[in-house]
Amino acid sequence: MSSSTSSLEERHRQLGLTDDEYARILERLGRPPGDVELAMLSLMWSEHCGYKHSRRLLRRLPKDGAHVLMGPGENAGVVDVGDGLAVAFKVESHNHPSAVEPFQGAATGVGGILRDVFAVGARPIAVLDSLRFGEPAVSERSRYLLDQAVAGIGHYGNSIGVPTVGGEIYFEGSYEQNCLVNAMCLGLAPHDRLIRSAAAGPGNVVVLLGALTGRDGIGGASVLASAELGEGDEAKRPSVQIGDPFTEKKLLECCLELLDRELLVSLQDLGAAGLTSAASEMASKGGVSVRLDVGRVPLREPGMEPFEIMVSESQERMLCVVEPERVADVLGVCERWETLATPIGCVAEGDSFQVLDGGVVVADLPVTVLVDDCPLYDLSPMPPATSLYDAADAVLTGDESPAETLLALLSSPNLASRLPVFEQYDPIVQSRTVRRPDEADAAVLMLPDASAIAVSIDGNGRRVACDPRRGAMEAVYECSANLACVGAQPLGLTNCLNFGNPEKPHVAWQLVEAVEGLALACEQLGVPVVGGNVSLYNEAPTGPIFPTPVVGMVGKLPSSARAGRLGFVAAGDAIALVGPFEPSAVGSELSKLLGRAPVGELPVADAARIRVAHQTVRSRVRSGAFHSAHDVAEGGVAVALAECCVIGGLGASVRLPNGLDPFGEAPGRAFIVSGSREALAPFVVIGEVGGDALTIDGLLEAPVSELRDARDGGLRKWV
Amino acid sequence: MKFGIVRFPGSCDDIDALGAAARVGDAVLLWHADHDLQGVDAVIVPGGFSYGDYLRAGAIARFAPVMAEVEEFAREGGLVLGICNGFQVLCEAGLLPGALLPNVSLKFIFRQVEVEVVRAVGPFTGACAVGERLSIPVKHTTGRYYAADGGLDRLEAAGQVLLRYAPGHNPNGSSRDIAGVCNESRNVFGLMPHPEHAVDPLGGSTDGLRIFESMRSHVEQHVLA
Repeated sequence: MSSSTSSLEERHRQLGLTDDEYARILERLGRPPGDVELAMLSLMWSEHCGYKHSRRLLRRLPKDGAHVLMGPGENAGVVDVGDGLAVAFKVESHNHPSAVEPFQGAATGVGGILRDVFAVGARPIAVLDSLRFGEPAVSERSRYLLDQAVAGIGHYGNSIGVPTVGGEIYFEGSYEQNCLVNAMCLGLAPHDRLIRSAAAGPGNVVVLLGALTGRDGIGGASVLASAELGEGDEAKRPSVQIGDPFTEKKLLECCLELLDRELLVSLQDLGAAGLTSAASEMASKGGVSVRLDVGRVPLREPGMEPFEIMVSESQERMLCVVEPERVADVLGVCERWETLATPIGCVAEGDSFQVLDGGVVVADLPVTVLVDDCPLYDLSPMPPATSLYDAADAVLTGDESPAETLLALLSSPNLASRLPVFEQYDPIVQSRTVRRPDEADAAVLMLPDASAIAVSIDGNGRRVACDPRRGAMEAVYECSANLACVGAQPLGLTNCLNFGNPEKPHVAWQLVEAVEGLALACEQLGVPVVGGNVSLYNEAPTGPIFPTPVVGMVGKLPSSARAGRLGFVAAGDAIALVGPFEPSAVGSELSKLLGRAPVGELPVADAARIRVAHQTVRSRVRSGAFHSAHDVAEGGVAVALAECCVIGGLGASVRLPNGLDPFGEAPGRAFIVSGSREALAPFVVIGEVGGDALTIDGLLEAPVSELRDARDGGLRKWV
Repeated sequence: MKFGIVRFPGSCDDIDALGAAARVGDAVLLWHADHDLQGVDAVIVPGGFSYGDYLRAGAIARFAPVMAEVEEFAREGGLVLGICNGFQVLCEAGLLPGALLPNVSLKFIFRQVEVEVVRAVGPFTGACAVGERLSIPVKHTTGRYYAADGGLDRLEAAGQVLLRYAPGHNPNGSSRDIAGVCNESRNVFGLMPHPEHAVDPLGGSTDGLRIFESMRSHVEQHVLA
């Protein structure tokens, strides 16, 4: 603690702290912080770790539900799925690192979310990804980011043996400078293996597990994730972490064995802000002190400064608390898994986070100052007078025939088949996958008792840009609708809020409205929010990204053998349109192709009727009365019908209800279902499965093969 | 009939292979660091990324302690099945001819493919019929089967090619559409498709069971009888 006060005042700004925040630190400590202390505080008080612009807002989200075992605040949310089992899940962003170095950024995004899940004692069983890039047709950079991010996700997920079972990708100009890479992971655990992160037991030993600590990722949370990207970002490459899935595979198996043998008091992954964040969170939750000796941390390179060791974001590391008499057993298990394990400190009474280097104290901060005293800011929301976003270049003139319009929609990068991306991921390892991508609207994973869980991830930034509150509500509706299509009842929800700079009033308004929309929709559908993540400052000199709340939902269905399918199944089946459906052109994919800006009010949603529709589809998929079910989303009824035809390999003849816009959208409300005439009698029957073309009476006729070619080729040409 | 599934650090499809083998017999895991095959009747070297696939896929795993026992077991005529990464390991170990090169796309590829049974005699495809098509998934980055041209002719002449990708189904550019080959003695077999992922109707296909059933029949008739 030798640096002079004046140089520190300059340093706090370099580290991302405002003058007011620094003054607050001086006041709380009653003295100037030392070098190591300031580095630690700057990270814990960063947006990424401290959630200073979002924490107050997030209190609005409903957290209680009958099945919730662990809510927000733990490494992952956990819900009960019956039979003594629990599912842990969480979605997290790795946007800024991916924009700077897409392969490693995306790979370590997957690695990080996997650690969050096995940190609570759950074996990761599935990954999903939500990705956003600029327009591939005009942006070479976006094609590069897509190619590398997908390769990075595959590299990590495939190599570690966790299936990638679903996800979504959208391309919009607003993501040109700020791509989004959100990764979601689900894990499975017996109830008695679940573990929390609170440190406990003064005298217990703190053990660091996993990879060596290097200089990678230093300041990632403050440098990358808490400010806008701009010129000179190449220089930030060293702030991006490097992933090693092999090390994490061993670490994962090692941690699960340690928990199975009940050798740990608590467990926490090292993510943003490395040891600083992990240890202070553990101490804070347990109401204890923690003392670490950086001199004992195994290093990848010599000569690292204590502050570097404390903030390094080197991947594939975990921190655990162990009773002294069990340390030898812990080290034995780690040796068997070829996983480095080093006692680096201890738990003590009190409220201090002490860092030693050899015997010398280099930092001594109250845990409460690190964790609880981070200032929380109120936002100054103000709705914009006009759209913040330009229209995309027109692809259609509006003079096209309905058949031409349908083919253009199916081949647009946002709607085309995702198979060129999904076939770069392993969706079946671990032998639980009952529905792969494209087979159903949600992925389905079987459980040992022959029941199953379903999962979907959704978010449509274009619609949220039009109308943040209703757009966010639609994301929840759509996720729940996707689960209904396979017969699943939602158990819980996780979310990632990807927004621009919250200090700007219009972005603040988007954020406030979107969170309100999420909360309302979750309350309407009775789905608790069990965790989430916030990624702000996704903003370039040209403006913010589309406001992009991404919602991941997990549900349960009683029989894996009865999981629903998307594609038509049998010629002769009737087709019905189920659900309250009054779509509009606002924010639709067609409006984008016509070159219209994302403005206008989205259709109103009748929550009671949506609940009934979801319940109807869910129960009839479960009973087998519906042979297929598909929610009507982007591209409206016409695209939904085309998808059912292409994936089922069957044609259909339908007549749409009078006045229904075939390309209008109102996601999460309506479903295309098929089944016997008798089973569908209570619903609005619109046609019949059969033949080798899709015929919409008075509108269009297109061979299924032509629809398939359009849908298959739309993304493949960019991958 | 007892199968042993080798578990290296980085094996991913070990538990899947264990489950598939358990559908037709008993199955146990074999730890990479142990010189012990636990008296099994057949060894499966499973898929995954042993040792992270660092250096070259399979190149490090072939030096694992347990592989010494596997090689001796194979020399004595024991059945050894290598799936995907396991196929790569067995090629590296010299138990199987040829090599696996990066896919022509240079990308990881997952796809449900059809393979045709070329020979339907012997321990691995005895329960199949010649020309029968099996629907089995592939998932790999390094699966393009290669042997020098003369080597391919010798393999074909000796009847060591057991499985071929059906026309239009070759996912990786493998020479002559080869999906699986055995050694000259026919007791060691490697394939890139994952039969252990085609054993449950809920997963879409049960065709992969034929490989495990063939192994059981062979062991019951020729070894345990």
